[in-house]
Amino acid sequence: MKTNNVLLRNVTKVVAFIIFLFSLHLFFAGHYNPGGGFVAGLTSAGAITLTLLAYDIKTVQGMLHMNTIMLTAFGLLIAFCTGMIGIFSGKPFLTHKFGDVVLPILGKTALHTATLFDLGIYLVVVGVTLTIIQTIGESD
Amino acid sequence: MNNLTLMPILVPFLGAIVLLLLPRRIFIQRTVALIFSLLLVFVSLALVYLVKTHGIMAVTIGNWKAPFGITIVGDMLAALLVTTTSILVSCVLVYSFYSIGKPREKFLYYPAVLFMIVGVNGSFLTGDIFNLFVFFEVMLVASYLLLVLGGTKIQLKATVKYLLINIIGSAFFIVAIALLYSMIGTLNMADISAKINALHGVNTGMISVVAVLFLFVFGLKAGLFPLYFWLPGSYFAPPISVLALFGGLLTKVGVYAIIRTYTLFFAKETTFAMLLLGVLAIITIIFGVIGAISYHDLKTIVIYNILIAIGVILFSVSVLSRESLMGAIYYLIHDMLVKGILFLLIGVIMAITGSSSTKKFSGLMTVYPSLGWTFFIAILALSGIPPLSGFFGKLLIVEGAFSAGVFIGGIIVLLSSLFVLMSLIKVFTAGFWGEKKGNFNTNVPYHKMMFPVTILLTLSVCYGLFTQMLYPYIAQAVDPLIDPSVYIHAVLKE
Repeated sequence: MKTNNVLLRNVTKVVAFIIFLFSLHLFFAGHYNPGGGFVAGLTSAGAITLTLLAYDIKTVQGMLHMNTIMLTAFGLLIAFCTGMIGIFSGKPFLTHKFGDVVLPILGKTALHTATLFDLGIYLVVVGVTLTIIQTIGESD
Repeated sequence: MNNLTLMPILVPFLGAIVLLLLPRRIFIQRTVALIFSLLLVFVSLALVYLVKTHGIMAVTIGNWKAPFGITIVGDMLAALLVTTTSILVSCVLVYSFYSIGKPREKFLYYPAVLFMIVGVNGSFLTGDIFNLFVFFEVMLVASYLLLVLGGTKIQLKATVKYLLINIIGSAFFIVAIALLYSMIGTLNMADISAKINALHGVNTGMISVVAVLFLFVFGLKAGLFPLYFWLPGSYFAPPISVLALFGGLLTKVGVYAIIRTYTLFFAKETTFAMLLLGVLAIITIIFGVIGAISYHDLKTIVIYNILIAIGVILFSVSVLSRESLMGAIYYLIHDMLVKGILFLLIGVIMAITGSSSTKKFSGLMTVYPSLGWTFFIAILALSGIPPLSGFFGKLLIVEGAFSAGVFIGGIIVLLSSLFVLMSLIKVFTAGFWGEKKGNFNTNVPYHKMMFPVTILLTLSVCYGLFTQMLYPYIAQAVDPLIDPSVYIHAVLKE
């Protein structure tokens, strides 16, 4: 008998969105407060896992349209390129750059290339976690 | 320019990322993997040249000052080992084009190999003890994948054992680092060395404990007696090209870690740990010999020969004289090459005869004479017959042992050569000579498979013939091992 998961699905729609926002908060908090790429990646993956529980693998894949292994590789590539910034500016590998940048809407913002490295970590963590969950979920 | 020290790590890393991003079409994967491995050979040779002309190259990641950031140290020993690794990997990659099979090639085989090389090269080049742990893990995680890839029953069984042993080993590695850090308060290897030397006999008891813990951890990875029990079973399982990488590289990283930590940290403070290392190494040789002469299976015999080589190298490290350390490095590089050659040759034999046990076939010489002679030369090189590569290393090791007064060890090393020769000549005569017996599969891409083997064998023979030309390089590699202050000054720039 097929059960109707209307409550779970509707709560998921709201909660997954909040979890995702919280993971973004964790990601950007990383430099000054507890948080960072790793835990943000895990939380985002948690949001997607919740959707996986409420719906099924095919629906979620239809929503996200991404190859998780590619996502992992892309994260690695971003981290690698962040390191190359140091080399191309004539300093050792992974030497970061930082400074205040005037952005169109946000105004004067302090930016640091370590965030890019964190973005790489974030993508790797999301990619790896989802790959593990999906491959175990799909195999019989 | 200092960043060149990092290139042997970065090039395979980028290669692996690119391979993950590209579509998994076999032609693309092969080409890209080969291009990056050749690039790796090029940057490794450049590193050797640079270290030769400029001395030890140290670069601290992120432009921090030396003991606070992670230092990558390219000394001559690391540069030579990185070069040997990259050459071996290029040849094994070419070999695996014809032997590994399409399902594995499609399922991340090449990225896994390159990730493993990141770990191996990183372990050779790093100057930070925790970073060494991280690179060990990079290497091991990739090797788990390579071991289990394909998913046959024997591979699964071997992987469970290998995984369990290495996880326990890594946990102990962390404990050892934690203990050392609680006493010394730093993770930079040069800084640890300077601070241990500044202890002047205080707290040496605990330093000895850490030394024995490190011996346990690295001995587990290298296959030292009594920690080698996992090795014969686990190495028997994977396909040959993976086995060649494992036999040529993985155990040697453990050996390198022992050489590095023992000469840098524990040489002056702990005579006990050195004695223990020497005794265990000698027993490893004996047990390796017993294993090697008691089997009829080519693969198992060469696997036990790995143990003998580990014993020989570590014994000469424990003697700790200039001569014996030079011998150890000569022998280490020779052994990486020649184990690669032997495993690849066994792969060719297995592809032809369908078995690695000499009880199943004989008379291979009548059909494949060139294979027979190549195998014969490889055997002679392994056992250390004069014009070939194994000779000079062993000569220096024995000389060092005798001049240090360790006669029993020297004699056992000499005798072990005899048994190494015997163990392989036995299978050579049984498999290659005599009447033709067994089913030979003649559809094997024999010449293509022999091509990388021939390159490696040529290099190994040249390594033996031009020993004299390599002498200054090896001498430079030994300098920081004999006198850690060379290493410390290069890293901390005091």
